[in-house]
Amino acid sequence: MLGRTADGIFWMFRYLERAENTARLLETGFRLALTRGHSAASSEWQSVLVTIGQDQAFHAVHDEVNGPLVTDWILRGKGNPGSVLAMIEQARSNARAVRTALTREVWEATNEAWMVLRAELARPIKASTLGDVLAAIRRQSTLVRGAMDGTMLRNDIYNFARIGTFVERADNTARILDVKYYVLLPSISWVGSSLDNVQWETVLRSVSGERAYRWLNAGELDPRGIADFLILDSRFPRSLSSCYAKLESNIEGLARQYRRSGPAQALVSETAMLLRKATIDTILEFGLHEFIADFIARNRQAADAIAADYRFTD
Amino acid sequence: MPSPKPVNYDEMLDESGAIRPAYTAFRQWYDEQDPAWLRRQDAEAETFFRRTGITFNVYGDDAGEERLIPFDMIPRIITAAEWRQLSRGIEQRVRALNAFLHDLYHRQEIVRAGKLPQRLLDGNSAFLREMVGFTPPGGVYTHIVGIDLIRTGPGEFMVLEDNARTPSGVSYMLENRETMMAMFPELFTRVQVRPVSDYPRRLARSLAACAPDIAGDRPTVAVLTPGIYNSAYFEHAFLADQMGAELVEGSDLRVIDGRIAMRTTCGYQPIDVLYRRVDDEYLDPLTFNPHSVLGVSGIMDIYRAGGITIANAPGTGIADDKAIYSFMPEIVEFYTGEKPILQNVPTWRCAEPDSLAYVLDNLAELVVKEVHGSGGYGMLIGPTSSKAEIAAFARKLRARPENFIAQPTLALSTVPIFTKAGLAPRHVDLRPFVLVSPEGIDITPGGLTRVALKKGSLVVNSSQGGGTKDSWVLED
Repeated sequence: MLGRTADGIFWMFRYLERAENTARLLETGFRLALTRGHSAASSEWQSVLVTIGQDQAFHAVHDEVNGPLVTDWILRGKGNPGSVLAMIEQARSNARAVRTALTREVWEATNEAWMVLRAELARPIKASTLGDVLAAIRRQSTLVRGAMDGTMLRNDIYNFARIGTFVERADNTARILDVKYYVLLPSISWVGSSLDNVQWETVLRSVSGERAYRWLNAGELDPRGIADFLILDSRFPRSLSSCYAKLESNIEGLARQYRRSGPAQALVSETAMLLRKATIDTILEFGLHEFIADFIARNRQAADAIAADYRFTD
Repeated sequence: MPSPKPVNYDEMLDESGAIRPAYTAFRQWYDEQDPAWLRRQDAEAETFFRRTGITFNVYGDDAGEERLIPFDMIPRIITAAEWRQLSRGIEQRVRALNAFLHDLYHRQEIVRAGKLPQRLLDGNSAFLREMVGFTPPGGVYTHIVGIDLIRTGPGEFMVLEDNARTPSGVSYMLENRETMMAMFPELFTRVQVRPVSDYPRRLARSLAACAPDIAGDRPTVAVLTPGIYNSAYFEHAFLADQMGAELVEGSDLRVIDGRIAMRTTCGYQPIDVLYRRVDDEYLDPLTFNPHSVLGVSGIMDIYRAGGITIANAPGTGIADDKAIYSFMPEIVEFYTGEKPILQNVPTWRCAEPDSLAYVLDNLAELVVKEVHGSGGYGMLIGPTSSKAEIAAFARKLRARPENFIAQPTLALSTVPIFTKAGLAPRHVDLRPFVLVSPEGIDITPGGLTRVALKKGSLVVNSSQGGGTKDSWVLED
């Protein structure tokens, strides 16, 4: 396949994943705003902006941080290339450019996602309908993934799509952890101060992991357990370890099909191995923030190596 | 030249209002349907096209707005006998076009014989010096041809225009049929329609048959598109997809080891046949427009050295020139030695003083077209223009008469369209698609029917708001 096509597919699925994760994060901010006082809500909205890396861009346009402003900026902000709407448009535009590589179902699901969300996001979203809109974003993204899972050949195209998905998802989970690590930190240093359960729960909610966590941990919310769950529990599809297990197998799939492998495969295997060997104790000893920062850098290097190995650009 | 009296031929109804044989079976089915259900299906069709993204971009529109070409669900029907006669005429014309192109780029016998004025080639930008003395692989110049036809009577088809350069619209022919079959499956068990769905396979085979000698047993074919903002991008993607070929852009290609190669995930791989949907001018910045980023630097050299087949060949656009068109009857006769089976629409060449005088005197009744124009731009439709518009056009015409030809307002046939109030006749034309390879000329039974949606309008171009219909050729 063409390098440009591989690039287009990789980014199409990154954009879709990012749109979905952004919606999830926004939902967390929204829930917190409902359950907390004004000043806490404002700092939570600020942390949502930081997590998705848009605090600077936001503050260049707005002087204050509040729910309606942040929501509008993130969902459909004019001049915000990282808005959910802009990412859905990008995903659809990429799909158009690579549509010969997609099944009709995947193309139609993507095109429909764009049509539905463009209509939903045509006007500012009221608090009363925000929940529905965020659910629609998650649903549309899920439909595209489902169409892909059900119809695409398990060849290089599929592998590039999955690689895009998991590189992006790993980055998102890592960012959430990094921004929230101060919430987890006090228990890590065993300061033993009283911690707010709601704050911990938001970390889980950001990745739709609260129910899964409760199933696996009998409902006990524990910062160390949460970090363990999000980093190392390979049963949870948004954990770093799960993302890297998938990345490793998809990049192996490419190597098998092309009968060759490059630096990208070595990089991904190395990180996957690191996650397999790590325990939450060694991570905390190393420093959670340092570990996450190192992981984000590795993940970015892997993405760059994939682009180079498979000739995404000249 | 006398202007034919514009009496419109109705393809469904004869003079007494009876259903013509071609439409009998369809009309029987149609009359049995619940009108409310038909209206619902009609509304559904647009949703179907919108969802599948069958759109075209309109140039100069806000942010590359994508539009649908309106689809009308009443088919245009041609009998087997009519199609046989039409096919013979098309094949003869396409054979002549290829022979003509070869001659123009070699000995120019037709000019020497005094059958075509030299002035039509002099300074004509569609005539490419780079092609002089060069013969494309297999001797084929125009691999994919679209012949625009109008119908004036029973069995009477006339050629309105030859599209030998890069005819578009074939994806609509295919998707219109898919839509009809999805909407009215039982209709196709009642009426035997010749299939068109194997066009992409035939196209792939025809292109592969034109591969250069250097190609192996299974030539690599790729479709070159200007990209997603091109008005016909959907068609480019559709054809590449259906052929199982790569859809490439200029930035994917470069010269490697004397071949044009595409950058794949496994490195550069040579292309044998490039079905390009990029105009000559943008094809090679080293040879033509140096600012083009749509083409491939050096492709003309590789082409001339036998490293790749370009379809259609550069320089075929000279055959689309409307002044050349007016000589097609002579051209067909010169190269085939036969009388043309398909007639031209009567045409006045404004470069000739007598014709110019006639055209200026009768502007209100004529259609005047730019010789190099396309898609309904830069033309005058006399009967629907105001006095001021006609006067303004007359000034343009006097200033550059050689830039224009004129034709009578044509008696385009009508085919009914579906309206909320029932069936209503509208003017149509027809563009059959023809494939040319050393193995022969292959005409897909049917084509693209374009239909004017406004009552009485003769403008069928999609860029001017026309629609399309499924075109049926009946089985015997």
